[in-house]
Amino acid sequence: MAIFLTRDSKVIVQGMTGSEGMKHTTRMLASGTQIVGGVNPRKAGTTVDFPGGVQVPVFGTVADAISATGANVSVIFVPAAFTKAAVVEAVDAKIPLAVVITEGVAVKDTAEFFEYAQKAGTTRLIGPNCPGLITPGQANAGIIPADISGPGRIGLVSKSGTLTYQMMFELRDFGFSTAVGIGGDPIIGTTHIDCLQAFQDDPDTDAIVMIGEIGGDAEERAAAYIAANVTKPVVGYVAGFTAPEGKTMGHAGAIVSGSKGTAAAKAEALEAAGVKVGKTPSATAALMREIMQGLQG
Amino acid sequence: MDLYEYQARDMFEAHGVPVLGGEVAETPEQARAAAERIGAKSGGVVVVKAQVKTGGRGKAGGVKVAKSPEEAQSLAAQILGMDIKGHTVKKVMIAQGAKIAEEYYFSMLLDRANRSYLAMCSKEGGMDIETLAVEHPEKLARIEVDPIDGLNAAKAREIITAAGFDEGDWPALEHVLVRLGAVYAAEDATLVEVNPLVKTEDGQIVALDGKVTLDNNASFRHPDHEALVDHSVTDPLEVLAIEKDLNYVKLDGNIGIIGNGAGLVMSTLDVVAYAGEEFTGRDGSHPRPANFLDIGGGADANVMANGLDVIFEDAQVKAVFVNVFGGITACDQVADGIIKAYEILASHGKHPKPLVVRLDGNNAEKGREILDGAGLPQLERVDTMDGAARRVAELAAHAV
Repeated sequence: MAIFLTRDSKVIVQGMTGSEGMKHTTRMLASGTQIVGGVNPRKAGTTVDFPGGVQVPVFGTVADAISATGANVSVIFVPAAFTKAAVVEAVDAKIPLAVVITEGVAVKDTAEFFEYAQKAGTTRLIGPNCPGLITPGQANAGIIPADISGPGRIGLVSKSGTLTYQMMFELRDFGFSTAVGIGGDPIIGTTHIDCLQAFQDDPDTDAIVMIGEIGGDAEERAAAYIAANVTKPVVGYVAGFTAPEGKTMGHAGAIVSGSKGTAAAKAEALEAAGVKVGKTPSATAALMREIMQGLQG
Repeated sequence: MDLYEYQARDMFEAHGVPVLGGEVAETPEQARAAAERIGAKSGGVVVVKAQVKTGGRGKAGGVKVAKSPEEAQSLAAQILGMDIKGHTVKKVMIAQGAKIAEEYYFSMLLDRANRSYLAMCSKEGGMDIETLAVEHPEKLARIEVDPIDGLNAAKAREIITAAGFDEGDWPALEHVLVRLGAVYAAEDATLVEVNPLVKTEDGQIVALDGKVTLDNNASFRHPDHEALVDHSVTDPLEVLAIEKDLNYVKLDGNIGIIGNGAGLVMSTLDVVAYAGEEFTGRDGSHPRPANFLDIGGGADANVMANGLDVIFEDAQVKAVFVNVFGGITACDQVADGIIKAYEILASHGKHPKPLVVRLDGNNAEKGREILDGAGLPQLERVDTMDGAARRVAELAAHAV
């Protein structure tokens, strides 16, 4: 099962012919992902050769790629200035899942394409500025290295890319159902809560690791969600306990979030919801290790 | 990027938001000259306002009324150089005096929780808006603004009526809110706040103060925003880091930190700070991180060399921790970067500081072999993040 991405997912890459797109398409293919096409209006009708004799066709639009291949996932690598147009195109073509890897996207663009996708109601967005997601042993949509950990029964959701890798590494002897890097931008398409809900409903996930970091109040809201809706064990980690408070200007931000956004406040909220919170990545992994060993009896 | 009030004022004016006359001055003499020009519009009365990117300047004595250019000069001399909550005042704005009848509040900002925009408005401005929000939430209207539609006339009317303004003020307020919405959208702002927004005795609605935060990610479509960057108040090491295009923040400890990815670097700061507590000295002090430095995903040898160069420049740094989990970043490239940094250092006749390196992930074995084979002085390799953090804290604690 896993969440959002399985071996049956048919993946296209918007921006496949760029250098990042080429590099990571090669890696996604090597980890067994079904890459069925790339999108580039200037190279429509051509094919691109990848190692292992794989040829991937290039389409002019996402809509063309979907009608020719039945694609249901798009991974987006286009430069920040063109990301909004790429997402809007993917939403217009009604792709069920669009994974936006690009970093440095203007928040106004993200606010607009997120609103656009919400109104259309046909596309789940992950990102922007995220490493994507991996269902080990099945498929990889993004840039998470496939060789860190194999399949298993832990679900992972994280704002941070490298902490995703670190945590997968720490728990590689247990393995993961799906690991999702949701990104740390102010506005993101898929949240901790969306992933918690999906992991709760996924029969192949036994326990969940949730990684957050300072800023905003997503972790506090996730804690409230967990208290009300999640029965599977959840272990949490929040980075930035010792970070100095950021310089914020105006009072408007603090009013909206209803929280100081500190790691301590987030950890406290999670613990109040029954989540075991680790002080460091290794301590967090140790908490999960105990839970998994308990579940395995 | 946060703007100074005078920069926000100029931006408001460019978008048709009603503002009063205002000029920035960096010396008492400039303040006097500005007061002569500005005061001519308001019977000689001007306000001398400290330009600092923090609140509470009024209480700190950073805002004073002057009745003549001479008084403006002497007040500017008092205010320039003042310390307001750790910010040294380097500029003042000479603002036209106004006869205020009523003070209101307006802001528009990014609403992360709802992944949308939010407008907030109150008939009771001028005071501490956070206190108002807690004690009298009913007096602060909060209205979502659709990011695609923006703050149009209909939305402005919705905000104004929700805030309970009298009908006679609607047309003028609607105009001002739509123009402030235009500032937000056209300039890629994440915050536009006006406190106070005032009604003058002759019935004009005017933005008397302004706070604007701009989205750095949008700078590609705003070449003019480059001129708003404040270079005067930055730490010299931060300036060096900016020149080298590094994501660096100076902290006040003695352990240099380099890692890849913001989350991992933040986590490294935590782990090092905890490890440092084990080495608390007799005076209660203990080793702590000296900086945040994220070399990002896909960092090559040059980026690592530049990063180490900046950190070795920091006189407070006693020991350095390089913590890399190679995802996109290949650890052999990181190892090459460390070797290159040592070469650059040696070519400048400088000596390395104790360095603890932890490499995991993509090409970790290769990276470790490169480092072990290079035999660099003062460099130690430790296999785990926790172990490396403990070792670097120990080195920093014992360094003289």
